[in-house]
Amino acid sequence: MAFHQTKDAGGVVVVRVEGQLIVGNRQELKDLIGAALDRGERKFLIDFGRTGYIDSSGLGALVSLSKRVRELGGELRLSGLNEDLRSLFELTKLDTLFAIADTPEQALANF
Amino acid sequence: MASPLQLCVRRTPASGVPAVATQVHVRMPSEVECIEQTVSLVTRHCLAGTVPTDRLRFRLQVALAEALANAVMRGNQEETGKTVLVDADLFPDCIRVQVTDEGAGFDPTQVPDPVLPEQIADTCGRGLFLIRKLVDEVHFNEQGNSICMTLRRR
Repeated sequence: MAFHQTKDAGGVVVVRVEGQLIVGNRQELKDLIGAALDRGERKFLIDFGRTGYIDSSGLGALVSLSKRVRELGGELRLSGLNEDLRSLFELTKLDTLFAIADTPEQALANF
Repeated sequence: MASPLQLCVRRTPASGVPAVATQVHVRMPSEVECIEQTVSLVTRHCLAGTVPTDRLRFRLQVALAEALANAVMRGNQEETGKTVLVDADLFPDCIRVQVTDEGAGFDPTQVPDPVLPEQIADTCGRGLFLIRKLVDEVHFNEQGNSICMTLRRR
C-alpha cells in the first residue's frame, strides 16, 4: 500500500491511494496532507482508482482531513470510487459531506 | 522476517450439517500493523477453490478489517502479549467468521448510530455499523469480546 502525490497544472495536490486505506496507514495519509497544508497547499484531490478497500478508520481520516482543509480555506475532493467503495460512503452518508467525482479528470476540470 | 501470524487450516466433517466444512484458524498479535496481512490471509483461504464475486470479496475484507481493528484496539487495547483469534468455518453456501479478543468485552447495543445527523461528521464510530451493513448475520457472545459474522456466498 502506498500514497503517490503529484501536483497538477492548476495547483491541485493529487494523492493516489494504492492498496488499502485502513487503520494501519491512515496516519501516513494525514501526515502527507498535513505537510502539504504546512507548505501552503489548499486544494486536494484524493483518488481511489487503484484502491482495494477502505475501513472505518480510513473514512474517519478523510472526515478529519476534510475538516482541517476547510478550516484553512481549502477544499478536498475525492474521485475514482468503484461501486463497492462508493457504497461505503453511501451507507455512512459520507457521500453528503464530500464532493465525489467519477474520475480524477472530472474532479480537476472545475477545481 | 517470519510472519507473526499462526495459521491452521483443516478440512473436517462439520457436525450437524451435510456438507464438509473447511476450518481456518489464525492467531495474530495485537498489532495494528498485522491487520492488513491477516485480512489478506483469511480472505484468501475463505475464498480458495471458489469463484467469488468482487462484492463478496469486498464485504469479507471490510468486515474482517473492522472486526480485527476493534479486537486489537478496543478489546486488547494493543497490549503486547494479548492475541486475537480468527476462526472461520467455510461451507458451500456461506462463510462464518468469528473474531475473539482477550478484552473485557462491550455491549454492542450501546454503540451510537453513526448516521444520525449529529454523528455523521464524527471521525470514528462507524466500524460496527459497517459490519452490520455488509454481512448477513452478526452475533456476539455474552461477554461481548467475540463477534461471529456470516456471509452468504451469493
